[in-house]
Amino acid sequence: MRHIISVLMENEPGALSRVVGLFSQRNYNIDSLTVAPTEDQSLSRLTLTTSGDDARVEQITKHLNKIIDVVKLVDLTEGAHIERELMLIKVKAVGAQRAEVKRSVDIFRGQIVDLTANVFTIQLAGTGDKLDAFIAALGDNVVLEVARTGVSGISRGEKTLAL
Amino acid sequence: MDQLSGGEMLIRALHDEGVEILFGYPGGAVLHIYDAIFHQDKVEHILVRHEQAATHAADGYARATGKPGVVLVTSGPGATNAVTGIATAYMDSIPMIIISGQVESRMIGTDGFQETDMVGISRPVVKHSFMVREAKDIPGIVKKAFHIATTGRPGPVVIDIPKDATDPKVKQDYEYPKEVKLRSYAVPAKGHSGQIKKAVDALLTAKRPMIYTGGGVIQGEGSDQLTKLTKKLGFPITNTLMGLGAYPASDKQFLGMLGMHGTYEANMAMHYCDVLLGIGVRFDDRVTNSDTSKFCPDATILHVDIDPASISKTVTADVPIVGAVATVLEEMTDQIGKSDKAVDKQALEVWWNQIEQWREKDCLNIRPSEDGVILPQQVVKAVYEITKGEAYVSSDVGQHQMFAAQYYGFEKPRRWINSGGLGTMGFGFPAAMGVQFAFPDAISVCITGEGSFLMNQQEFATCMQYQLPVKIICLNNQALGMVKQWQDMQYGGRYSHSTYAESLPDFSKLAEAYGHVGIKIEKADELYSKLEEAFALKDKLVFVDVLVDPNEHVYPMAIKGGAMKDMVLSKTERT
Repeated sequence: MRHIISVLMENEPGALSRVVGLFSQRNYNIDSLTVAPTEDQSLSRLTLTTSGDDARVEQITKHLNKIIDVVKLVDLTEGAHIERELMLIKVKAVGAQRAEVKRSVDIFRGQIVDLTANVFTIQLAGTGDKLDAFIAALGDNVVLEVARTGVSGISRGEKTLAL
Repeated sequence: MDQLSGGEMLIRALHDEGVEILFGYPGGAVLHIYDAIFHQDKVEHILVRHEQAATHAADGYARATGKPGVVLVTSGPGATNAVTGIATAYMDSIPMIIISGQVESRMIGTDGFQETDMVGISRPVVKHSFMVREAKDIPGIVKKAFHIATTGRPGPVVIDIPKDATDPKVKQDYEYPKEVKLRSYAVPAKGHSGQIKKAVDALLTAKRPMIYTGGGVIQGEGSDQLTKLTKKLGFPITNTLMGLGAYPASDKQFLGMLGMHGTYEANMAMHYCDVLLGIGVRFDDRVTNSDTSKFCPDATILHVDIDPASISKTVTADVPIVGAVATVLEEMTDQIGKSDKAVDKQALEVWWNQIEQWREKDCLNIRPSEDGVILPQQVVKAVYEITKGEAYVSSDVGQHQMFAAQYYGFEKPRRWINSGGLGTMGFGFPAAMGVQFAFPDAISVCITGEGSFLMNQQEFATCMQYQLPVKIICLNNQALGMVKQWQDMQYGGRYSHSTYAESLPDFSKLAEAYGHVGIKIEKADELYSKLEEAFALKDKLVFVDVLVDPNEHVYPMAIKGGAMKDMVLSKTERT
């Protein structure tokens, strides 16, 4: 099963490599990874998606907790949560294609954030599935470049991951 | 407040932390630190002859005393040479501090001379690591490093120090912090009382109980509590390779070591038990025999460990208890005393009768050869008798290690010093040095094989410099015995690169070349007298080269892919 694990860790050099290293060392998967400092500059928030059965994910969270730089973590998929991924995508847009692509962007509630005579650069946020669906909707031979951030997430309601 | 350079701060901080001895080897990046060592006499530095030996010596010191071992090495090759020793300590949860020099900060990342990314290269085999940025951070980092290395599940911690951070010209205020603040590191202390109650209920309803304990009981100083609990319950107990000595080997409730080369009775009792209490163990593959689906098929598994990640890692625990072993065992004993249930004495008697039948097999019986060839088991037994079971015994890795574990009965914790997890050849001799530094008047014996010994023989020189009277008992079978045994059993006797008889040195002469004493033993009838002669030389290092039967195998031996009850018992018998 797919899990989204959010980790608060010390914003220190080397902390990220400890987390990433753990996954390769113990043969765990990382499907996506996103990390940035939080409002508290001494902390970074890292969100990763991984997959495995319950026993495996339990081991993953235990081993993450053992890393000295890891302050706190939560498996967001254990409860109600919101997940988003941001995609910047460059597509071919010439002639009649321009209107066609624009329509798709509107349907998916994306935005065209840059354009040239031949190319649109589109920003789209949503779940991974939605981004996949958008790419599929564009059809073949249109996509020039894709930059996705990986999943970020937060739990619903009043639950927080904070110190 | 004293004004100190970074190098001076480091050594002062070690002293403030209670460090009396460190093992190391100088080089460019640590010269400022070595100059600081020169100017003081509070912390003794031991010059080894290879950085790997420094880590093993510190490790042996740590295992024997319970105090952290401290290592100082230079950057680059000094640091990489230390990695095997760090990994050895990591696998066996040994508290160790490794201080490595680093090139100057401005040179980092330029592939400078003797530069290596020590924090990176050691990352998978340390509990934590620190890279010093500025000299003023040194006292705080040292404090944190010792705290992390010695608490919870202990382990090695690396402190990497760029040369400029130890510059003797830059002096700053020194103050050693009184306490550690780490918001992300908490040590589990007590076990959960509700969980302990569940375990107690299971123990008191057991018909065929078994206690299985490991290195965690030794590291967690829980030996007395374990003995008390085990006696109170009257249950059979077995120790892992790492756990030997936690329970007195001579006691009748002790079934010997379990696992790949464990006793018949211990492995049988494991397989058929209905309640298994695992304490400070990690259900590793040398115990469970890799296929965990066949492991203790009828047992309710109670697992006590300080490391939550060890619980349900390979075998699912029915009752997990996370906590310090000693306190959990104390509470368990208390709760048993207060429980309205009691041990099922009748069932236990039936169970013991069964165990006694298994015991009658006498699986470690030594059958001396008629032609005077010395069996390796006889040597260990003789060493045990001559040292009255009081020695600190270190070992390397292979057949001799298993013979030592099987035939030297350890009555006390911290007497058996071996690399159980990583299985590092070359560990034994430097570890025995570390033990001897810790206890100058004790007998420090290294039971080794000629293959392992050759991996760190250079330490003969260290022993001469510091006059260490270590006793080395080399079970010389002129081959990599355990490799050869597997080749006998699984590869049709094809000895691919496991023999080298024609190129072995004369070990007694080698010892003598360094100024030590060498004794050679070739016949069974001179075994006792010559060993006694060796141990009588109390102030000398003696290398005893014992020519043993090259065809001997270690038995019992688990059958690969089988359950714990499946064992080879001799060259002709299996279960």
